Amino acid sequence: MTTETAVRPPDAAESGAPPERHRWTGLPALGFLAPFMILYLAFIIGPTLYGLVMSFFDTSLVKPGLSGFAGFGNYTEALQSSDFWSSLWHTLWFTILTTPPLIILAFAFALLADRARYGRWFFRLAFFAPFILPSAVVALIWIFLYTPGLGLIETALAKVSITSPNWLGDPVWAMPSLAMTTIWWTLGFNFVLYLAGLQEIPRELYEASSIDGASVWQQIRKITIPMLGRTTTLVAVLQVIASLKVFDQMYIMTSGGPNFATRSILEYVYDQGFTNFRVGYAAAVSMLFFLVVLAVSAVWFALVRRQEKEV
Amino acid sequence: MTLTRRALLRGTAAATGLGLVGLGTTGCSGITPGRDGGGSLDYWNLFGGGDGVRMTQMLDTFRTANPGIALSAVTLAWGNPYYTKLSLATLGDKPPDVAISHLTRMKTLVASDLLEELRPEDLGRHGITADKFTPRAWQAGLVEGRAYGLPLDTHPFVMFYNTDICAKAGLLDAAGALTPLDTPDKFTDAMRRAKEASGAYGGVVSINGDTSTPWRIFQSLYSQLGGETLADEGRRVVIDDAKATQVLTFLQSLTADGLFPADIDYQGAIATFANGQAGFYFQGEWEISTYQTAKMPFSMTLFPNLYGGARYAVQADSHTLVIPRQPGRDPEQIDRALLLIRSMLDQSKTWAEGGHVPTWLPFRDSAEYQAMTPQSNYASAADGAVYDPDGWYSGSGSNFEIVTGSAIATVLGGQQSPADALAQMRGQLETLSTTASPI
Repeated sequence: MTTETAVRPPDAAESGAPPERHRWTGLPALGFLAPFMILYLAFIIGPTLYGLVMSFFDTSLVKPGLSGFAGFGNYTEALQSSDFWSSLWHTLWFTILTTPPLIILAFAFALLADRARYGRWFFRLAFFAPFILPSAVVALIWIFLYTPGLGLIETALAKVSITSPNWLGDPVWAMPSLAMTTIWWTLGFNFVLYLAGLQEIPRELYEASSIDGASVWQQIRKITIPMLGRTTTLVAVLQVIASLKVFDQMYIMTSGGPNFATRSILEYVYDQGFTNFRVGYAAAVSMLFFLVVLAVSAVWFALVRRQEKEV
Repeated sequence: MTLTRRALLRGTAAATGLGLVGLGTTGCSGITPGRDGGGSLDYWNLFGGGDGVRMTQMLDTFRTANPGIALSAVTLAWGNPYYTKLSLATLGDKPPDVAISHLTRMKTLVASDLLEELRPEDLGRHGITADKFTPRAWQAGLVEGRAYGLPLDTHPFVMFYNTDICAKAGLLDAAGALTPLDTPDKFTDAMRRAKEASGAYGGVVSINGDTSTPWRIFQSLYSQLGGETLADEGRRVVIDDAKATQVLTFLQSLTADGLFPADIDYQGAIATFANGQAGFYFQGEWEISTYQTAKMPFSMTLFPNLYGGARYAVQADSHTLVIPRQPGRDPEQIDRALLLIRSMLDQSKTWAEGGHVPTWLPFRDSAEYQAMTPQSNYASAADGAVYDPDGWYSGSGSNFEIVTGSAIATVLGGQQSPADALAQMRGQLETLSTTASPI
């Protein structure tokens, strides 16, 4: 600590004029940034702008060029399409179903794993392990579990005289079933973030509070949860964005069915763009969805800023 | 590579064994690099299960006969994913040399300018001519009189039945043949008796997570009534409400009365029939291998003609062999592709063992095929084959089948009334039919 302050050049603070070296930092910095900036321009900014342009044309995948100008035609078609709204709702419904459990359960399990006296490594591994599986593997495992008539879940529930619903076959149950699979699969990531957050909390706080006679439950409520506030915000933002981007599980497990009950907005974009060759229309839908994600992110950023001011 | 005498003898011997002798006499060896000649060949298909096993067997035969050709075969997921990948690879100028396409998807590929025309002079060099295919399949595959795909088979929707259960239910005659189920009442009665005999279900058809099968059973019955869904190349929806309601109501009665399970997926349906929990199973004939492997007492026959009277109709499609477009493709590459295609046509026997009705007349007309059972029981289905209607969004595994099949599945599953399902189907089809074709 002391060495750092000693090394700092004193001239900047002493002279009123802006330090001369600022003029020179630009070029080398650009040089270091260049590889990333070129990739970013070529693969993020460029295609995004091209997508924006395309969304105003009747562009077809199988025809060269942009094809006829459509104006806002693609946008009005999307906004008037019940398929667009229902798939957007499915994505939001999935986000609502997955985000709270993925935050609460991850916190609860992290707390338990952190408090475990023996075999802590085992619990950490157990909760994190599903996260490293590829989506196709997860989908296959859960398709087996959900199989009507033969699946493990139905067989197990039948043993305790519970008639299970048709997990993936009933339009009402399909989305909660997919949410359940996703929670099992991705819990590990949030779990690790919480575990890291828990280790940041100084032990002295707990020691002091227990001397003052605080119970475990009081400690969790008054120390752990407030101290993990920032972790929770981070976990929530990442989780909402991850859930909004859902595609794999539904595409593999239900192909958007039954009766389109689990078609996410990204699958709608995929269906329209790649399967139906209507890339212009798909681009317009992507732009609309981009606005939704942007709006959700903006709300979270506003919350984070308020939190930072409070701290 | 020079052609040694030994290699020539080996090649001829292999060719004789495979019935490929025709190749030698048509002079194709002069054009192609020869049997031991070099070159590579990429082939894409969408065959899983028993079909996949048989296709591998056919490709191995080709490899043995053409050791100089490096053949690499890729199997991709069936339906829209396959056609999406095939289209994108072709657009990116990296198509396979030979690919499988359903006949009903081929026209969209042709309209998108993704397939090479199969010119008669090229085909002729390999002894492939129009008169060697069943006329219906050949004609259905022409676009403006030109051939773009060679049909390998017709694959109709058929009826599998468990011979033990049917015998117990008194549904077999003295010769062991199934009594005709040619009216809805007779059909329902047979299902009821089979249910009693099996102790679980009368029949089974896949419903969940599978939109094609509900469409296939619906379309088979609906077209027996003469019903149609699309006209004007898919630009107009022409569903006949009365006929569609009649079929949907009938299908719903089967699950509602417990004669068919109402919540079952593709694999579950297979398992139910294989375990003897249902007397009848409805699916494409390709599941024959599954039940042969299961060593169960079963047979197959035409999907019953419940409404058709004299005019038989059944939903079907054909696997065709196509050559995706590639600018500046080497003529030798096309000849290698045709060599593979001819080899597959010549192995129609292997393919027919997998249940498919061959379109290659040299085999279809042979006594060998006539003697194949139960395959020959339903060979006539090819003549009553009803292909999915034309349209850029139509064909096997397409959006059209997803839209219609999803609605039909809700009727079978008891989640929607026939009227609601029909309204939903019509609404979604109208959206597709009025959308300007991107092709």
